[in-house]
Amino acid sequence: MPELITLLSSLCLLLGAFLIFSGGLGVLRFPDFFTRMHAAGVTETMAVTLIVLGLMLHSGWGLPLFKLLLILLFVMITGPTASHALAKSALHGGLRPLGDDSNNERH
Amino acid sequence: MVRARDLFATVMLSGIYGLLSASFFILMDAADVAFTEAAVGAGIFPLLMLTVLTSVGRYEAERRRVRYLPLFVMVVLAGALFAAVLQMPPFGAVDAPSHGHVAQRYIQDSPAEIGIPNMVTSVLASYRGFDTLGEVVVIFTAAVGVVVILLGGRPKTPQQSTQALMAEHKVLRVVGKMLIPLILLFGLYVQFHGEYGPGGGFQAGVIFAVGIILYAMLFGLSNAQRVVPLGVLRWLVALGVLIYGSVGLANLVVGGEYLNYSMLASDPVTGQHIGIILIELGVGITVASAMVLIFFAFTRATRSRDELEE
Repeated sequence: MPELITLLSSLCLLLGAFLIFSGGLGVLRFPDFFTRMHAAGVTETMAVTLIVLGLMLHSGWGLPLFKLLLILLFVMITGPTASHALAKSALHGGLRPLGDDSNNERH
Repeated sequence: MVRARDLFATVMLSGIYGLLSASFFILMDAADVAFTEAAVGAGIFPLLMLTVLTSVGRYEAERRRVRYLPLFVMVVLAGALFAAVLQMPPFGAVDAPSHGHVAQRYIQDSPAEIGIPNMVTSVLASYRGFDTLGEVVVIFTAAVGVVVILLGGRPKTPQQSTQALMAEHKVLRVVGKMLIPLILLFGLYVQFHGEYGPGGGFQAGVIFAVGIILYAMLFGLSNAQRVVPLGVLRWLVALGVLIYGSVGLANLVVGGEYLNYSMLASDPVTGQHIGIILIELGVGITVASAMVLIFFAFTRATRSRDELEE
């Protein structure tokens, strides 16, 4: 049983690390602001979830588990909200997504 | 520092720098300092600077000519600082001056004399209580300066027309409503847990202030001022310093030394506990209300100027 938990925890951590890597790659390679933000935002939330999950499996019962759970909840709420605020303020500032050909300015 | 004309980018970079230095303080096992740096350097400093940017504009004024005197002063100063850093003993060296002086005594005697688990708090709040009083007075003075410059003269009547900055942002408002109570609760936890773990009045005050500033940004300045009116804030800024100073005077009254809390109770250790809790409370009150006051002052100044221009 401990081997299984260690295996699961390592799997979560590895997957999380891969997602962070792909997110970083996306930020560097994607063509415009919104796609980059998409790469950073989506992978970040998922990756942090996986990494914290991996750490929770690793830590066993106790206070650290509970603290990690709180961190997980906090990240899952704030991460998407930050992305939302970022995208919204970019739109507000006049940035248009790539491929949005409609030139009519919305106000 | 990166050379940038865009002040917004500069503020963001300094925030990132704050977070990075918090990380390396953690690596050096200085959890309290890291906590302060994360709360101040990455939290409230960029926030206040952004508030300043709303009133001074985002871009630096174009200047063609290079000014040689400031450049010269900067180069000399930076050179002196680098030389000083090179002269410093290596990290963790046993014979470093900071380890040879009084630190030894603090580490050996703190458990018996002060009796609280977090030694950093016992040094800051008790052994070096006078230095900390100085720091609180610095924050108090900064708040007084901002108030005198930006809110000087007669107190203005609160404008009913002021709209929230983010009135149409439903998602942010809902998430903010969820988070603000937690932020305030966490602030209180940090305030009263400072003797047992990393934390204390400075960090707690900043976290508490951020909660209220978040409220002001999401729901409008006038609503936030209904929760904490400017007049109350002005009193609170002074009250914190007053509590700190009075604890020191109370020690004199009961026959001890200034800011030596041992005489506050029949048992010296209990006296130290009472003194530390009280002065941390004073620090927390002053820091929190000073930060909120500075934010309110800048926001109001920007608002009233905008209305004049209209």
